[in-house]
Amino acid sequence: MGAYVLRRLGYGVGVVLGVLFLLFLLFFTITAPEDIARKALGDKAPPEAIQTWLENHEYDRPLWPWQDWDENLLFDHYRKMLTFDFGVSDADDSPIIDRIKAGMGPSLSLTVPLLVLGLLISIPLSLLVAFFRETYIDRMGVFLCVLAMSVSTLLYIIGAQFLIGKVLRWYPISGFDASLAMLPRFLALPVLVGLISGVGGDVRFYRTVFLEESNRDFVRTARAKGAGEARIMVFHVLRNAMIPILTRVVLAIPFLFMGALLLEAFFGIPGLGSMTVDAIQSNDFSTMRTMVYIGSLLFVFGQVATDISYGLVDPRVSVE
Amino acid sequence: MSWLEPHILSNLVTLGLLVGLVFAARVVRAQRLWREAAVELWHRRRFAILVVGVYLLIGLADSISWTGGVPEDAVGVLPNAPLSILDRAFLDSREASYSAPFADVEFYGGDALRHPGGHPLGTDILGRDVFYLSLKGARVALLIGGLTSLIAIPLALLFGVCAGYFGGRFDDFVFFLISTMASMPSLLLLIALIMVMGRSTFSVCIALAVTGWVGFCRLTRAETLKLRELDYIQAARALGVSEAKIIFRHILPNLAHLIVITFVLMFSGLVLSEAVLSWLGIGVDGSWGQMIDGARDELSRQPVVWWNIAAAGSALFGLILAVNSVGDAVRDVLDPRTARES
Repeated sequence: MGAYVLRRLGYGVGVVLGVLFLLFLLFFTITAPEDIARKALGDKAPPEAIQTWLENHEYDRPLWPWQDWDENLLFDHYRKMLTFDFGVSDADDSPIIDRIKAGMGPSLSLTVPLLVLGLLISIPLSLLVAFFRETYIDRMGVFLCVLAMSVSTLLYIIGAQFLIGKVLRWYPISGFDASLAMLPRFLALPVLVGLISGVGGDVRFYRTVFLEESNRDFVRTARAKGAGEARIMVFHVLRNAMIPILTRVVLAIPFLFMGALLLEAFFGIPGLGSMTVDAIQSNDFSTMRTMVYIGSLLFVFGQVATDISYGLVDPRVSVE
Repeated sequence: MSWLEPHILSNLVTLGLLVGLVFAARVVRAQRLWREAAVELWHRRRFAILVVGVYLLIGLADSISWTGGVPEDAVGVLPNAPLSILDRAFLDSREASYSAPFADVEFYGGDALRHPGGHPLGTDILGRDVFYLSLKGARVALLIGGLTSLIAIPLALLFGVCAGYFGGRFDDFVFFLISTMASMPSLLLLIALIMVMGRSTFSVCIALAVTGWVGFCRLTRAETLKLRELDYIQAARALGVSEAKIIFRHILPNLAHLIVITFVLMFSGLVLSEAVLSWLGIGVDGSWGQMIDGARDELSRQPVVWWNIAAAGSALFGLILAVNSVGDAVRDVLDPRTARES
């Protein structure tokens, strides 16, 4: 078991180091620091200004260790990222870590209800569709899922803002207020849109999982001993399908911190998603770099945690 | 370099794709398994296939273009610009600004429309016919889906098959690369790639391909690992058949159904991603995503300008729905695992 845990951890560390190397290739070699400086200062900036900018942002050194072992961008990049010293934004010189701390709360206040409500809606729905498998209800359900999946999220957002926000005036079109009294009003619309745009794919996924489970031997045994179909669905199929469902949920949890890019930006929620969109629009390379890194870090963390907990639960996994 | 102007290149690519299509059709006809799958697919999803066909024809009409033959008094067209068949059909459709669908007069001012037949879907803020713009979006969408798949699928096959077949160090490297790429959030990686490479149609396709190839590579690697151990491949190896021949004769044909399934299922995701990218300001010019993005503020005008977003949204929805529904059927027909259930 100990060896298994160590191996998984080693794998996680390796992947994180690999991600950092890819990020280095993308953000330092394909776009040279001079290009970033030029985008931040404008095309007509004098060379001295660019040099000063590079010095202020600690970009004024060679790229690779073999050019200068003590001071090079590659080692700097690794050291800074691994110690969570993200530096300042390339666009407006504000410390990135402060903005991440400020954005996490609003992001979580949107994504956590979205995840919980999404599960509460899509699991019963997909159980129902799987219960009526190979009937017209099932076919209708799958068709509706494909229909819902074929609409661009942009259209859902714009449509909901127009219909519910502007025409019906039920909820504010966009905005954010952290006070408990106002928060639900501002979150209602984004959560609703997030649910609608996600439910099609989720129901289809869980339906496949349930159908797979309902072809197993224990279902046949349960049916043979006379258990009713509804009882089989809830007590046999759902319970055994919990493993793939939990895997999906556990892998989704780290990403809750990243926020929802489109929803946050459209509905004016000052979370990490809007921060990323701002970074794109202002050519803020260092923020973008940091966000990709944090995203991968969270993903690897979730994956390793899932693997290790599998190993704890199922002794067969750790032997392989 | 007059022979390699963009429109000539586009014509050549179109010609190449048509030849490839004819070739693929011949292969499908020649082999019983594929022929039966195609017939089954046609029976299940006749309507969706026809819809995809219409989109393909529109895209084709917009891909073949030539210069000259433009009347002197055409509005908004450069005299020497290459025009496609679609452009020529809508030559005289330019208005001054907005006009509602089927309107007789302009949105502002109330003057009579210049274009005699009216506009079935109205015009946009620059007076361009929305029906024409929506049709033009078909080519862009097909280009995004098609070009990206043409980059991503061969890349994934190359890495996946070689890693699975040869194993060893190369396999370790590919596996590490896949794990690393898969751990980066795909939308963020996509945005980062486009930020770094600059904003053009080609770089959007490259970025989509780089983020899209990973899943398929993992699939082909696993499948090749399985195939490699099968008896007939062991026998071929024992008989001294060369590695390259084994891969092309025995491994790739056994992956063909996965290629087709992945291509169809990937396509709609790619087109939808482009819409999101357009909204972030890094999409492809002339796509439906850009029309939707441009129409956002129009909904808060008074009176509401709804036809732009409605046209682009329905065109996008129609293509995605048709491709998704064909994709489901393709998977059911071709994938032996799901074939048993239905």
